[in-house]
Amino acid sequence: MSNELRTARLTEPRMVRWAITVVALAFVALFLVLPLVAVFAEAFAKGLDAYRTAIIEPDAVAALELTLLAAGVAVPLNVLFGVAAGWAIGKFQFRGRHLLLTLIDLPFAVSPVIAGLVFVLLFGRRGWLGPWMIDHGLQVVFATPGIILATIFVSFPFVAREVIPIMEAVGTEEEEAARVLGAGGLQLFFRVTLPNIKWGLLYGVILANARAMGEFGAVSVVSGHIRGLTNTLPLHVEILYNEYNAQAAFAVASLLGCLAIVTLILKAIVETRVERSARAAAHAAIEVRPWESKSAV
Amino acid sequence: MGIEVRGLTKTFGSFVALRDVSLNVASGELYALLGPSGSGKTTLLRIIAGLETADSGSVILEGEDATERNPRERRVGFVFQHYALFRHMSVFENVAFGLRVRPRSRRPEDAEIKRRVKDLLELVQLDFMADRRPSELSGGQRQRVALARALAVEPKVLLLDEPFGALDARVRQELRRWLRRLHDDIHLTSVFVTHDQEEALELADRVAVMNHGVIEQDGTPDDVVERPATPFVISFLGTVNIFHGRVEDGRGIFGPLDVEYPVHGDSQPRTAAAYTRPHEFDVSRTETGSGLWAVLENVTASGAMVRLELAGAHGGLLHAELGRDQFERLGVKPGDRLYVTPRKVRVFVE
Repeated sequence: MSNELRTARLTEPRMVRWAITVVALAFVALFLVLPLVAVFAEAFAKGLDAYRTAIIEPDAVAALELTLLAAGVAVPLNVLFGVAAGWAIGKFQFRGRHLLLTLIDLPFAVSPVIAGLVFVLLFGRRGWLGPWMIDHGLQVVFATPGIILATIFVSFPFVAREVIPIMEAVGTEEEEAARVLGAGGLQLFFRVTLPNIKWGLLYGVILANARAMGEFGAVSVVSGHIRGLTNTLPLHVEILYNEYNAQAAFAVASLLGCLAIVTLILKAIVETRVERSARAAAHAAIEVRPWESKSAV
Repeated sequence: MGIEVRGLTKTFGSFVALRDVSLNVASGELYALLGPSGSGKTTLLRIIAGLETADSGSVILEGEDATERNPRERRVGFVFQHYALFRHMSVFENVAFGLRVRPRSRRPEDAEIKRRVKDLLELVQLDFMADRRPSELSGGQRQRVALARALAVEPKVLLLDEPFGALDARVRQELRRWLRRLHDDIHLTSVFVTHDQEEALELADRVAVMNHGVIEQDGTPDDVVERPATPFVISFLGTVNIFHGRVEDGRGIFGPLDVEYPVHGDSQPRTAAAYTRPHEFDVSRTETGSGLWAVLENVTASGAMVRLELAGAHGGLLHAELGRDQFERLGVKPGDRLYVTPRKVRVFVE
């Protein structure tokens, strides 16, 4: 009883707490849950058959395939780059380290539309490299390579940003120990470095993947909106919507909605694992002198 | 032939970590690198392990030039100050690591690995912890796992970087004795780094005292304590009283102290200092020998010894150490005047 009283005295009045909670929940419901529900409601507005038709329609399938291809290329490349950057920045001190760290964030700072335009400027018909590449049979802009490039650009920082702080926190001692014990470069990476960063890496992959599949702005600029050829899912949704085919647009959008939900679930699972391993690392650091705390008691 | 280091120099930017350092560690010896932080002792150890490359000089392990060799080919065992255990592996897998990463041709069978890891864990008295994660172990236990892991690859030499630095006093004591016994059993050439002089003197067969990237003296613990080669060595190995003065005509004159110093027979005086350890004073209430007197300021008793802090007539503080019986026989209290006579002084010309 006294405990409850003390808690009551130390925190806000019950009414205030209650009101704040209601406001927060209402906000979430209105701006996050309601739109998602609306997407699915509209998608199924004309029944299951109409939904299926909209999804298995060839253009929609082509858009889905292109989205998967773009993400399928961009995400592994970002893993490769992210781990390399994490290794370099987290484990070594070198000139230009801070510059590199800043540059990694560039895709966050630049508007995706501008990113798309940069690729048009570089590889477009009148761009710097475009004419030469087109002469050699390499069409980048308004073709799949451009979409993949734009996707790589916008999803670029996610893996690196997750991996760098972990690499920094873990330090280099375990790698040194492995080296002295006779491990080669690959053994060192797969047996020591990777297990220490795996949850952070997975978390970065999930975020990068969500961004890669959902990207609209940059891809829209380089795509050229050729139906069945250079349309990704988000672009396809826009086209359908502009053609007043709201039901089909929402049906395709619901696919992206499902992706978002799956991402959220995975993110929640991985997040708890990341936290747990971070806590274990911190625990290990504190527990360095377990006797001291005992003798202090 | 143990470890031979010849003319190592290492700089980090403008900081000189090692300056033309050479040393010899005999086979089966337990050798200490002792010095304050920044003296280059850890850098020297890391160069021997191959974790750092020297700017010049060479490292010879068991008669073979290892200077150009990769750490994985040097066959050294290295124990890190903060253990550096693989946090995602069990204790067993930590110890087995060095065997598992061997190329297939030299890798023992699984059963053999199991047997060897079990033996090592028994050696470090942690066989019951095999399935635990490092985070579940105490500091002393982790350090023993780190040692077992280093020994698993059957190294030619064992290198330990501040092995007890992160442990509290009691565990450190225990582990220190245990390591000495272990070394007496396996006789592996070992070098350890420490800033704790007591640890170095108690544990090592031989000690190198380092300062500012050079070895000031190396020898047996007895050598460095009884026959310190430089003022740094004598100051670093515990409290010491310093008397400033000069040498001339075969004598050293330091205030009221007047000692023989035949090494400098010249009549040309040179500045010098005399050093005396706190326990090397005779203390009495009546005037004796040297005529050096001081006023007792403070008394601290620790164990069987009593430490006296005296305000010297020459201005500085004097530290003296007596046995408890002796102190009680003396029957003095703060404020009393005492005559102190050094039984031993070491003179260094500046």
